[in-house]
Amino acid sequence: MTIAMLQDTDDTQLEHALEVGLSEDEFERAKEVMGKVPNKVELGVISAMWSEHCSYKSSRLHLAKLPSEGDNVIVGPGENAGILDVGDGFGVCFKVESHNHPSYIEPVQGAATGVGGILRDVFTMGARPIAAGNLLRFGAADHKKTPHLLRGVVQGISDYGNCFGVPTVYSDVDFDSAYNGNILVNAFALGVVKNDQIFLGRADGIGNPIFYVGAKTGRDGIHGATMASDSFSEDDDQAKRPTVQVGDPFKEKLLLEACQACFAEDVLIGIQDMGAAGLTSSIFEMASRSGSGVKLHLDLVPTRETGMTAYEKMLSESQERMVLVAKQGAEARVQELFHRWGLDCVQVGEVTDDGMVRLFDDGVEVGVLPARPLADEAPKYDRPHERAEAPAFVADDGGFDGHAKQALVDAGRTNLDWVYEQYDRHVGVMTLVDGAQAPAAVVQIPSTNKAVTVALVCQGRKCSADAHEGGAQAVYEGALRAACMGAKPLGVSDCLNFGNPQVPTVMQTLVDGIEGLGHACRELGIPVVSGNVSLYNETDGVSIHPTPTVAMVGLVDNLNGTHLHQPQDGEAVWLVGAPATTLEGSRIGAPSCATWAPADVAALVDKTQQAVHGGQVSSANVTCHAGLWQALVETAVRSGLGVDAQLDVDGASASAVAFGANAPSVVVTTSLNDDDVRKAFAGLPVVKLGTVGGDSLQLRANGETWSSSVADVIAARGRRIQGIAEGDGHAVGLGESV
Amino acid sequence: MKAAVVTFPGSNCDRDCLHVAGNVVGAEAVSVWHQDSELPAGVTGVILPGGFSYGDALRAGSIAAHSPVMAAVKRFADKGGAVLGICNGFQMLCESQLLPGALAPNRDGHFICKDVLMTVEPSVGLTGAYDAGQTVTMPVAHGEGRFVVDDDTLKNIEAGDGPVRVAFRYQQRETDGTASLNGSTAGIAGLVGGPSFNVVGLMPHPERCAEDRLGGTDGLALMAALAGGAK
Repeated sequence: MTIAMLQDTDDTQLEHALEVGLSEDEFERAKEVMGKVPNKVELGVISAMWSEHCSYKSSRLHLAKLPSEGDNVIVGPGENAGILDVGDGFGVCFKVESHNHPSYIEPVQGAATGVGGILRDVFTMGARPIAAGNLLRFGAADHKKTPHLLRGVVQGISDYGNCFGVPTVYSDVDFDSAYNGNILVNAFALGVVKNDQIFLGRADGIGNPIFYVGAKTGRDGIHGATMASDSFSEDDDQAKRPTVQVGDPFKEKLLLEACQACFAEDVLIGIQDMGAAGLTSSIFEMASRSGSGVKLHLDLVPTRETGMTAYEKMLSESQERMVLVAKQGAEARVQELFHRWGLDCVQVGEVTDDGMVRLFDDGVEVGVLPARPLADEAPKYDRPHERAEAPAFVADDGGFDGHAKQALVDAGRTNLDWVYEQYDRHVGVMTLVDGAQAPAAVVQIPSTNKAVTVALVCQGRKCSADAHEGGAQAVYEGALRAACMGAKPLGVSDCLNFGNPQVPTVMQTLVDGIEGLGHACRELGIPVVSGNVSLYNETDGVSIHPTPTVAMVGLVDNLNGTHLHQPQDGEAVWLVGAPATTLEGSRIGAPSCATWAPADVAALVDKTQQAVHGGQVSSANVTCHAGLWQALVETAVRSGLGVDAQLDVDGASASAVAFGANAPSVVVTTSLNDDDVRKAFAGLPVVKLGTVGGDSLQLRANGETWSSSVADVIAARGRRIQGIAEGDGHAVGLGESV
Repeated sequence: MKAAVVTFPGSNCDRDCLHVAGNVVGAEAVSVWHQDSELPAGVTGVILPGGFSYGDALRAGSIAAHSPVMAAVKRFADKGGAVLGICNGFQMLCESQLLPGALAPNRDGHFICKDVLMTVEPSVGLTGAYDAGQTVTMPVAHGEGRFVVDDDTLKNIEAGDGPVRVAFRYQQRETDGTASLNGSTAGIAGLVGGPSFNVVGLMPHPERCAEDRLGGTDGLALMAALAGGAK
């Protein structure tokens, strides 16, 4: 093959550029950056680098508004994952990322490779993963595709995480017809790193060898990044299946151990995961960060299929692969460490100083591209945005009994045992509490008396009414969940799931969601250190709810005396924070969103964290979704103890008091006397609701009473998710036959 | 007291076992590589840890059974050395015929991770750490934990006076005697065998319930018995 054969006329190349997802303007820009008409290989590389998935071209302008600085930030956005200092010489490295499109097309492999990708992002930084989590959004419980997607996604996460050996400790699952055609699979991972042993995705040092390690390259996932930046139409899923990759968690486990062995020795300069856009994005990002160039010999790339072209090798998204830049002289040792684990480790190139990525195939130069312009100077769009008029909030305060019955079988706020039991939650022997047992998972940091809390939160319904406030409340809820486990909110990773940014009203929700999230983080003084953006979540022109997901990580700086959600028989139950007075922002009726005062949230987070950390309350729980009723039900179900509670609020309906969420509050259980409770929460409204104990759950609110035995509540909630997975989306309430 | 924990490619509970044997039990805990053909000198107990050795290729534990280190483990067991196979380690013990039967995929077809109640049946050798009839709670985490065995062997195991006995039995069972958890034959969760009842294999994870901070300590006695050698 000669270069002449690859060069083509302007017209046929434009045709090809459009085929691989570039716009006409972008093709013009590509010619400018390249100083020539790019050949086919080069166009493939450019289209991947400039895909929405890799370049963030629609969101970059707005992402810059997020706060990313703080005293504890060791590594902020822009690397494979962010790192925050937790003291004692350790840092936590974490990130949440979407795998929405592939999981809809092929749920088992789509979700599995989502988990694999996020784990690699974390362990390339030098960290050993100690916790994984996920946030899943499916279509309506009775939608025809929901059972298949739910079963497949949970299996994919289970298959991958369990084999890899990371405990999956937190899961949030909800169902809403807004996700009928575009489900959300947001995967989170967190690892612990020694602060003096952090590795970055850099290609420094002229002449340093570049190694390809891990699994062999196949033809799977070619143009996956471009697919993930596209929208769906009905029955598109079958046609797009070949762009989904296949995961091998066993191989990734070997890769982790081989990388850990390298980290422990002084042999590496830089390391980067081959994720979306495979070899292309990893090479360009590493060279770009270092301001260097790279010479790459594609014929040396290990392949599992014969006859793969340079184009295919550059764009394959085969899983479980990494690029390493090693120190000169350490080549043999690096290879020895990988071969011990039975993995390929091949030198495929070297670092150069000309700022160009030069691709060779059998000695022939098949592509030459400038590294930094392609990585950093990708198109950046200020897409027009325009706020749609929000529908007025319509109160639906009647029918207390009906709302209660509905809440009991609300698939989005029910018992998730069927999901959690498929995840190994204990490997690593550091999981103290998982998310099925408490408002946030708590995982001890090895070799310390500290723990991290993990919670993943989004407020899609609230965001569809007010994306700014909904985005903010995702942060607030995350912070409250951390505080309920005695942790100070430490930092956030965000996963921004939105529809088509070329629709101005959708673009407005993206802008609002980012600004709201950033505003809330500033109010609480916490940084956003990593994340990703998933756009074009639309089918046949209908976009999902705007869904900014917040992964909130908190730090319990001393486990001694901290009560990790253990309500006791005979204790008092209190509501801390203002009681709900309307159904605005609740799960009842059309989506709506009330506004929370940031100062109220900050005070509540602060006092709750201190009371739990100091052992003054035995448990604390959030009321953010289905209100006071939800918090009481969860307390009863988790502890097996009854609760007798009463709350009367002037001027509010019984439904609002029980199911409302228009103000931030938490429910706590405590053995303190009344005066000491008021002292512990000084400055905040508190009201005593009743006591923990017995075997029935009773809530009396403004003249209405809801009561049931705890056993019946557990039974009604227990099989809900399994029922949906088995194709029975019909909700069976309390007292109805199954 | 010197406990060896074998690491196979895909083992993921090896570090946890090293932690418990070393930091909790207080034994000397050493790591052994699957390619080693001899155990280190002075080893008094061997742990085959949980995980997905060799990616569960063919059947869980089947390739590990043919690894160089397993020949050494067999020689060690034949001489009365204490061997504990946990989860994937139990699968290896069956695949290498140190214990009878096999572990098949769970009845429901998916992975199960939860706490289970079990009865300790005999108090012999390694299970002498417990009283016969004692109830213990341990977490399971497996996709292939349904114990299956031919009828004659099962009869010998159940006779209770042979060379291989039921070590742990799941308490919650169906009317046909199988474990409600995973369909395991006769509710069998673990076996004890070897020349001096020095070999124990079980699906639940004793190393995950050996410390108060993790909410349970029923596994500590077994881990301690192993790390200290059989009685």
